[in-house]
Amino acid sequence: MSTVRRPRAAALLCAALAALIAGCGASPGGSGNDNAEKADKARQSSKQVDVAKAGDVTLTVWDQEVRGGQAKQIKQLNQAFQAKYPNVKIKRVAKSFDDLNTTLKLAVSSEKAPDVVQANQGRQVMGQLVKGGLLRPLDSYADAYKWADRYSPTLLDLNRFSDDGKQFGSGSLYGLSQMGEIVGVYYNKEKVSSPPATFADFESQLEEAKGKGDVPISFGNLDPFAGIHEFQTVQNQFADKQAVRDFVFAKDGASFATPENEQAATKLQEWAKKGYFTPDFNGTGYDPAWQQFAKGKGPFLIAGTWLTADLADNMGDKVGFMLMPPKEEGGEPVSLGGESLPFAVTNKSKNPDVAAAYIDFLTNAEAGRVLVATNNLPAMKTDAAPSGGVAADVDKAWKTLNEADGFVPYIDYATPTFYDDISAAIQKLLGGKMQPSDFTDSVNKDYTKFTEKL
Amino acid sequence: MAAPAASLPARAVRRRARVSERPPGEPRRVAYLYVLPGLAVFVAFVLLPLIHSGWISLFAWDGITPGEWVAFDNYKAVVTDPDLRSAFLHALVLLVFYAFLPIVIGLVLAAAMSRAPVRGLAAFRTILFLPQVIALVVVAVMWRMIYAPDGGLINETLSAIGLGALAQNWLGSFTLALPAVGLVGTWVMYGLAMVLFTAGVQKIPQSLYDAARVDGAGPFREFFAVTLPGLRAEIAVALTLTTIAALRNFDLIYITTRGGPGGSTTVPAYEVYDRAFKSGEVGGASAVGVCLAAVIFVLAFLINRFAERGAR
Repeated sequence: MSTVRRPRAAALLCAALAALIAGCGASPGGSGNDNAEKADKARQSSKQVDVAKAGDVTLTVWDQEVRGGQAKQIKQLNQAFQAKYPNVKIKRVAKSFDDLNTTLKLAVSSEKAPDVVQANQGRQVMGQLVKGGLLRPLDSYADAYKWADRYSPTLLDLNRFSDDGKQFGSGSLYGLSQMGEIVGVYYNKEKVSSPPATFADFESQLEEAKGKGDVPISFGNLDPFAGIHEFQTVQNQFADKQAVRDFVFAKDGASFATPENEQAATKLQEWAKKGYFTPDFNGTGYDPAWQQFAKGKGPFLIAGTWLTADLADNMGDKVGFMLMPPKEEGGEPVSLGGESLPFAVTNKSKNPDVAAAYIDFLTNAEAGRVLVATNNLPAMKTDAAPSGGVAADVDKAWKTLNEADGFVPYIDYATPTFYDDISAAIQKLLGGKMQPSDFTDSVNKDYTKFTEKL
Repeated sequence: MAAPAASLPARAVRRRARVSERPPGEPRRVAYLYVLPGLAVFVAFVLLPLIHSGWISLFAWDGITPGEWVAFDNYKAVVTDPDLRSAFLHALVLLVFYAFLPIVIGLVLAAAMSRAPVRGLAAFRTILFLPQVIALVVVAVMWRMIYAPDGGLINETLSAIGLGALAQNWLGSFTLALPAVGLVGTWVMYGLAMVLFTAGVQKIPQSLYDAARVDGAGPFREFFAVTLPGLRAEIAVALTLTTIAALRNFDLIYITTRGGPGGSTTVPAYEVYDRAFKSGEVGGASAVGVCLAAVIFVLAFLINRFAERGAR
């Protein structure tokens, strides 16, 4: 426009900007709130209610139970809950895992927050929500419904945070999970005549497979969470389970730069150098890798129990599942494992008591039977068991671990950025770009950057 | 850009006119009313969010709990944090693949088509333009399959013609992953450049080509003397579009490598996503976003300067 007007327009713009900045002058996120007081109040007002007499209630539930058997069980249980309590309407919002995790914070902090959400364990999601005072502590419900009897202690600890969100793995209970997960070893029965009984046995079978021209361990790290699973499976052979738990929960003095972790890193790098993994694993996707294993390219696959159904479909009776064998025969079983995303109650929910009853319904003994019937692995103790095949192997492994309390949690729960930190470092370690000692040092540096601020 | 000296007298004249005798029936201020709807949308959905991002970028904020004022620390991190620095560096490398290569290829194709009438030109143009039409997510999924080390189209083809030794770990190699992702960008963008250029070539008067030929210019001389200068405006448009596409590249990286292996293909837009939505560093993410917007703005501005100067 004309040059004459320009100064005035500029002045106007400046004024508008100034007004705007003054308008949003508050720091983002609003003013502080007293989490402890809020949590106490929530605990006191929590009670077990008779849902049938709660009047007309609509529960909005955000979950990510969208795949195969998971979708089946949640639909079935939702229907059963509504049939039992016709006064309750469940409004289900189903999202993919990624979609849920990225949109949850905004949804839960908005005025129209859902009542029940699946908030992933660890500091990335649940920790942040607890810190913001957005989730309701469930301890009173846990006492009333006796939830502690349903799970082994570590499985409950994974869903615990202190009310200020700083301590992970202790404090108040913020959610309950339905399904268990183990990261273990799938093996091809046609190639593995006798499953290895010790870690050394396992290594010699790798050597043997390599000699035969097989791919000893099918592995695709283009989706880098796979590398974390490989690393932790080996780490459990060297590091004490309590040490890894303390690391994840950021207990005092926890560090990644330990001799045990360095030994584990050295071992894993050695496997990569010896060609025990799928060639070009850093450029191979997760799905192509397990599909190669299913096609019979090699004897072993280190992966989570979420693949059980797919592998059984593809391989039938040829596939077996076991925990990584311990160093000495008959040693204590330890495994990377955990549970599915816990169902939590939001602080903004208008019907927390009904929401808690709903969570109770999703995790009770009857739910356990529904989970087994829909080919899922229940996290809670249950008398139901799958009839046979690889699902029975998985079930047996889960029960063994549950009894021995042998779970080691995913290390990427440790800090909000730890997934990126550790997965990138493992790609470098296995690609030969990083020495084991640099690996532990650099990962520990990323870790302490967060923990020193706690 | 008009030189200020030239506009001075004009300004004086206009100012006088405004004071004394404005032509009746032409209230200039009403013009603001005409731009108001567009401006309102722009302010509400572009300007305000931009300013708000700028404001947030001055805080250490996790997206939930109250933010802590850190002034320009987030911007300092953009320069000092090795992860962020390399993300911007990768974006510059991708510029070569997204902007430079497509424009060179587009020019060659346009020049070839301008020399001789090609039978079925429209069909060729449509086919070469197709990558532009496909959603980028689909492109990325497809190329991830093409690049797969085992069973991917490239490595399979190489081994089928006896060149198995050349097969590579495309997306998993620390040196090849970035160029591999970049080449996908080249494949997507060159069709756009070509369509712009072939349209531009048709606008160059045939007489110029005839004159060049009479003067004895060969194909190369003709290209540099007639075609290239004639396409200046189109090159500027293509350069602007491809540069912006290169710098805000997110979908390709997200689907193909997620920034891996070992962070060797992270780009600023991916860092923004990662920080804002996953690791809860909304302030830092905003700072990266503001820097990215600034870089894009400066580059687009320079490109337009170059185009306008040439037009004069």
